Amino acid sequence: MELKDKILSSYVAFENEVDINSDVHEIRTEALENFEKLGFPTKRLEAWKYTSLNSVLKEDYSMFPNKCTSVELADVKKYFIHDIDTYKVIFIDGKYSPFLSETTHDKIDVCLMSAAFAKPKYQPVIKKYFNKVAKQDNLTSLNTAFAKEGAYIHIPKNTEVQKPIQIINFSTCADVSTMVQPRNLIVVEENAHVQIIERHQSLTSNAVLSNVVTEIFAEKSATVDVYKIQNDDINASLVDNTYVDQKSNSVVSVHTFSFGGNITRNNLNFYQNGEHIDSILKGVTIIEGKQHVDHHTLVHHIEPNCESHQDYKGIYDERSTAVFNGKVIVEKEAQKTNAYQQNNNVLVSDKATINAKPQLEIFADDVKCSHGCTIGQLDDDALFYMQQRGIPQKEGKALLMYAFANTVLESVKIPEVKSRITKLIAKKLGVNIGFDL
Amino acid sequence: MSKYTEEQLEQELKTKEYEYGFYTDIESETFAKGLNEDVVRAISKKKNEPQWMTDWRIEAFRVWEKMEEPDWANVNYPKPNFQEIAYYSAPKKKPKLNSLDEVDPDLLETFKKLGISIDEQKKLANVAVDIVMDSVSVATTFKKTLGEKGIIFMPISEAIQEHPELVKKYLGTVVPTTDNFYAALNSAVFSDGSFCYIPKGVKCPMELSTYFRINEGGTGQFERTLVVADKGSYVSYLEGCTAPQRDENQLHAAVVELIAMDDAEIKYSTVQNWFPGDENGKGGVFNFVTKRGLCETNAKISWTQVETGSAVTWKYPSCVLKGNNSVGEFYSIAVTNHYQQADTGTKMIHLGKNTKSTIISKGISAGKSQNSYRGLVQINSRAENARNFSQCDSLLMGNECGAHTFPYIEAKNKSAQIEHEATTSKIGEDQLFYCNQRGIDTEKAIALIVNGFSKEVLNKLPMEFAVEAQKLLEISLEGSVG
Repeated sequence: MELKDKILSSYVAFENEVDINSDVHEIRTEALENFEKLGFPTKRLEAWKYTSLNSVLKEDYSMFPNKCTSVELADVKKYFIHDIDTYKVIFIDGKYSPFLSETTHDKIDVCLMSAAFAKPKYQPVIKKYFNKVAKQDNLTSLNTAFAKEGAYIHIPKNTEVQKPIQIINFSTCADVSTMVQPRNLIVVEENAHVQIIERHQSLTSNAVLSNVVTEIFAEKSATVDVYKIQNDDINASLVDNTYVDQKSNSVVSVHTFSFGGNITRNNLNFYQNGEHIDSILKGVTIIEGKQHVDHHTLVHHIEPNCESHQDYKGIYDERSTAVFNGKVIVEKEAQKTNAYQQNNNVLVSDKATINAKPQLEIFADDVKCSHGCTIGQLDDDALFYMQQRGIPQKEGKALLMYAFANTVLESVKIPEVKSRITKLIAKKLGVNIGFDL
Repeated sequence: MSKYTEEQLEQELKTKEYEYGFYTDIESETFAKGLNEDVVRAISKKKNEPQWMTDWRIEAFRVWEKMEEPDWANVNYPKPNFQEIAYYSAPKKKPKLNSLDEVDPDLLETFKKLGISIDEQKKLANVAVDIVMDSVSVATTFKKTLGEKGIIFMPISEAIQEHPELVKKYLGTVVPTTDNFYAALNSAVFSDGSFCYIPKGVKCPMELSTYFRINEGGTGQFERTLVVADKGSYVSYLEGCTAPQRDENQLHAAVVELIAMDDAEIKYSTVQNWFPGDENGKGGVFNFVTKRGLCETNAKISWTQVETGSAVTWKYPSCVLKGNNSVGEFYSIAVTNHYQQADTGTKMIHLGKNTKSTIISKGISAGKSQNSYRGLVQINSRAENARNFSQCDSLLMGNECGAHTFPYIEAKNKSAQIEHEATTSKIGEDQLFYCNQRGIDTEKAIALIVNGFSKEVLNKLPMEFAVEAQKLLEISLEGSVG
């Protein structure tokens, strides 16, 4: 049975587990119909021109894995940012793990979507925000249809959350391939501030497909920092759909670090519904083998006086393939927009491929928009200079690559996250040096 | 004749007698509307083409029938009905006018601004000319000069008769009949166009522009151009005309093929100013063109285009850099005003080692127009040390127009060096203020600034056209100051 048919037929079973009389369920049913109509994306779609999911969709995924291995804290501690105190919302095979998690209802809500769907006190928030910014495209619709569990974060007015929040999804099933579809909702009210670290980690050698949708709402003057660490097992594929709705004076930054995984597709969408908004999209991609990473960004400037900053760096080795498709739309009303987009790539091997498509669609005249895209190599002279001074070639190269990626790392605000990323980069480049020279 | 000066040309224009017509004067005949295999055969027969040519057209037609009209471009227009078009008509006879007084004053005003000579104005406006100023005589003189060098330059229909071996060898090698919807259509039904062959080691002594410009007239809807530059040769070719073309044909689907063999260089410049429709976006020409050049070892192809006309433009002059060390260049200015839509750009396909390409694209949008740059830079895995530099700048005038860039960059070789830059901006108020302060009125100031913006591309045009193109930009943007 094709995966699509399997998914469609499993909806009946899914309906047994959720409240089918709620408003949310209407949204789900509609989304399912939409997915049924659209199907999985193919290369014929312009947005998926360079990324094929065919190899991933061939697997016979279990939609609702049941009996799975229990996870000991000691085994997974290394996947946490454990050297600082954080809130944690942890899921194992799509199910909440109270044992590993640390949630709160003290002033702020850091809890579960399943609870938010079920309890009446959350209904106004769900009604106001759930599925309001997510696009109706194929994979988002698929996620919406099966939206049941994920992280629910609600930060009230004028609150600065003292600890970062970690959202981690583990996959463990040893006997079957699994498909998980976490659905996160993050609402940050006026003048509130929160930092979120997101990670997907497979602990099994079976194939895993995660189709994640995260909706982020930043109300007036809110600040949201999101760090996505993608360093998954080689059998795990990820489609990460993130939708950000920003109101006036808000600042939202999303940093994506893509080092692992089989096929990783990031759909990152920003909608600026207000003035004086700043949107920051940054990413570092370092991949090898047959890995594939696709960054698909959209910044939609709807109102005047806003800014957006994009900076994506990529280093590709062996037979890896990568895509950067950055789109900036400036509407007619969005005068005085400043939109910057930068995409730099280094191909380390002759077999690696990069496809870039930085795209601008501009309808307003008084704007400053620019994009720059380069593909090149490390500077031989710089490398030679270092070798002359006794730095081995390998380390020299690593240093240059680290420097290349550093413009993105610089803006990481949590030092522990930064040092973790730095270590991951060192590991990825196969050197044993600290970069804090 | 070693050198041909302008004075000589002028002298000739005054003294030369009409010799013979360029087009044989067949009875004006138009085929019934519609397209099928019989029509394709009939066109071929009409042209007295050899069997291989007929077969080639039929093959193209069969492919075309199975194709769908592309809709990926960022343009909106009512799809033409291909069965509502007459695919063959003998050159249209326009009514001759007795003096310039009878010509549309708007047209004259435009001529004046472009600085076109009175004689030429008459020719372009189809006024009966007293002094002998006929395309054919001038063309013949040129032909002689070219003939001495062994350069073949003639309508492609004649070339099919006179040099079938060359046409057969090269036609459709760069743009195959199966390439795309409009190329297939063109292959099936093209009525005429130009063929140019530069023999080994020959440097074409003149811009083929002058000839072409005078020869212009009734180019037809489906034009086919084939330029072959043999080893070590050089040619500069200019098509189009700065003067407005009030063409009745709504759909234009031309194909241009360039072949630059080892060490050859082709410079191909286009000025396009077809009827863009009126201020309300009514009417205007749809211009769907396939242009592609093939570079062998050490060869160079340079495309320069100034696009100001047509309601809808869909055009991507491309270079296939097949040979090692070959070079491709693309310089473009696309101006859109009122309701015009342009989706234009280039493709640089790097196959050979040490290949280089440069893309400079300037888009200027005003009124309610939409201007898109769409380009592809592809570095194949064997293209060692390929180098590309792309720059796409857009200038917006008013907040009802749009500027879009869709650059595709695909690199499969680690030694590739690619730079792409795009900016979008408007004419700065301080720039205008500075000009105003110095007594330059706003309209003139805008022209000045636009000129500066376009300079990099204008510089690449052959001298005489650069001057006219500059004025053309001014005229195209008239009244767009908001």
